Amino acid sequence: MGLGSDMYRQQILDHYKNPRNYGELEEPDFTHVGENPSCGDTIQMDVGLDEAGETIESVRFNGDGCAISMASASMLSERLHGMAVEELHEMDTDDVTEMLGVDISPMRVKCAVLGRQVAQDGSKIHRDELDPDDRTITEE
Amino acid sequence: MGVQEQYSFDVEALRADFPVLDRKVGGDPESPGEGPGDDTPLVYLDNAATSHTPDPVVDTVADYYRSYNANVHRGIHQLSQEASVAYEEAHDTVADFVGAAGREEIVFTKNTTEAMNLVAYAWGLEELGPGDNVVLTEMEHHASLVTWQQIGKRTGADVRFVDVTDEGRLDMDDAADLIDDDTQMVSVVHVSNTLGTINPIGELADLAHDHDAYVFADGAQSVPNRAVDVKELGVDFFAFSAHKMCGPTGIGALYGREEILDSMQPYLYGGDMIRRVSFEDSTWEDLPWKFEAGTPSIAQGIGFAAAIEYLEEIGMDRVEAHEDLLAEYAHDELTALGGVEIYGPPGDDRGGLVAFNVEGVHAHDLSSILNDYGIAVRAGDHCTQPLHDEMGVAATARASFYLYNTIEEIDALVEAVGEARDLFA
Ligand SMILES: Cc1ncc(COP(=O)(O)O)c(C=O)c1O
Repeated sequence: MGLGSDMYRQQILDHYKNPRNYGELEEPDFTHVGENPSCGDTIQMDVGLDEAGETIESVRFNGDGCAISMASASMLSERLHGMAVEELHEMDTDDVTEMLGVDISPMRVKCAVLGRQVAQDGSKIHRDELDPDDRTITEE
Repeated sequence: MGVQEQYSFDVEALRADFPVLDRKVGGDPESPGEGPGDDTPLVYLDNAATSHTPDPVVDTVADYYRSYNANVHRGIHQLSQEASVAYEEAHDTVADFVGAAGREEIVFTKNTTEAMNLVAYAWGLEELGPGDNVVLTEMEHHASLVTWQQIGKRTGADVRFVDVTDEGRLDMDDAADLIDDDTQMVSVVHVSNTLGTINPIGELADLAHDHDAYVFADGAQSVPNRAVDVKELGVDFFAFSAHKMCGPTGIGALYGREEILDSMQPYLYGGDMIRRVSFEDSTWEDLPWKFEAGTPSIAQGIGFAAAIEYLEEIGMDRVEAHEDLLAEYAHDELTALGGVEIYGPPGDDRGGLVAFNVEGVHAHDLSSILNDYGIAVRAGDHCTQPLHDEMGVAATARASFYLYNTIEEIDALVEAVGEARDLFA
């Protein structure tokens, strides 16, 4: 099949139907919410850090949205365990599509990167690098 | 009798006027994993967003550029005369098509949205103030909703919304409550681009006029597929876009009752809309030119008239019958499929579109999968976000039909929707 259905490989569908690390952390070091208003995708990411604040120790996410955004957030939540915060900050769109393992059609990239953007922005707010009033929206 | 035999005109023959319909797109559902392909026939079901343009209209536009391209109203030379006459007569064609008295009641705009803004700025900003109200409906397109909402904020006028019932119709009791002596404008969508509801414009116009308010009907989804007569509807303003009715982009029309347009100040100032200018002051051209400042969309205006001639040749009653047939068939088949929620009134009482959701499948995922089958539908909020909030969904998929769509194309849609449902089950 072409791009569309190819996006819905078993792995994506599996993460969509059985999201990993779904829920909330009781005491997150930071929590952040972002959305794609036109899709109605909303994702909250809760992150717990090690004592030095350099490494991610725990992640929970929750939200509502399409299979691409939800599966991407679910896969990301697994990937983030044990990841250095610096590394999270460096993740770009290619890293996300690589993680998903499928080509994402141009109109759907904003769905795929929402979870990553929420995690990055949450972390930057936590580090005072971003104004907490800035909303996370991954579309123009 | 097969459904095809109920066609009100020769759809296959007509499709030859639209070469784009022969395009291959997407990927082949039979050979997975090959990436973007060009081997699946296009099934274009996004006509409420924009329709395709038949060859006669494309030719008319090309002929203008090839043979008599010139600015209008400015030259004594022959080309300018030809262009001016064609552009002006296009207003007559549009006026006739919707039952306006003449060109003085038809202002060419960029689209429906600009027509709405023209009235909101030229009339609304001048006339509205605290204590006044504007009555809209919950099913307004953002073109009307956002415009009046913002004009309300600037003028202090209250903006009210008539409730939509669970069946997707206007609650007329609520309308009667909301429209009162302080109402200055009732702005209502004629055919909803999300629910497909055909609204009782005449009844609303009576309500509004009982309270000396104006009525603006948004005809973006009605004019393309049914005979419309603005005088019969009893509206004071009406707007529609050429690109949804076989015409070019960049052109639309505002109908306004002559005496109202006459009393309104211009919306845009500049060349073409003036009669006499001094350093101190200016006077305005006659209607409709008073509202068409600067070089207009000449080719598009002429193409707009060609689109209307194309539709009239088929006959709007036949176009409407075809839309009704397709909408009802799609509604019935999607319902029969199971696991599909359809929004709006029943199949036999709606415009030519069906918005729906498949259980467990986000509309954007659905649209991506349909794209793989070459099927173009729109997924999202269709510029009715508050209505979607009321419906409790973030997005819907919408299949919208036009005169060149066929029963087979709807069968293809229904089959692909079934595949998507099963993939996510
Ligand atoms: C009901 C309705 N009103 C207004 C519009 C706006 O039309 P346009 O974008 O051509 O201004 C549309 C279509 O997009 C519509 O469906």
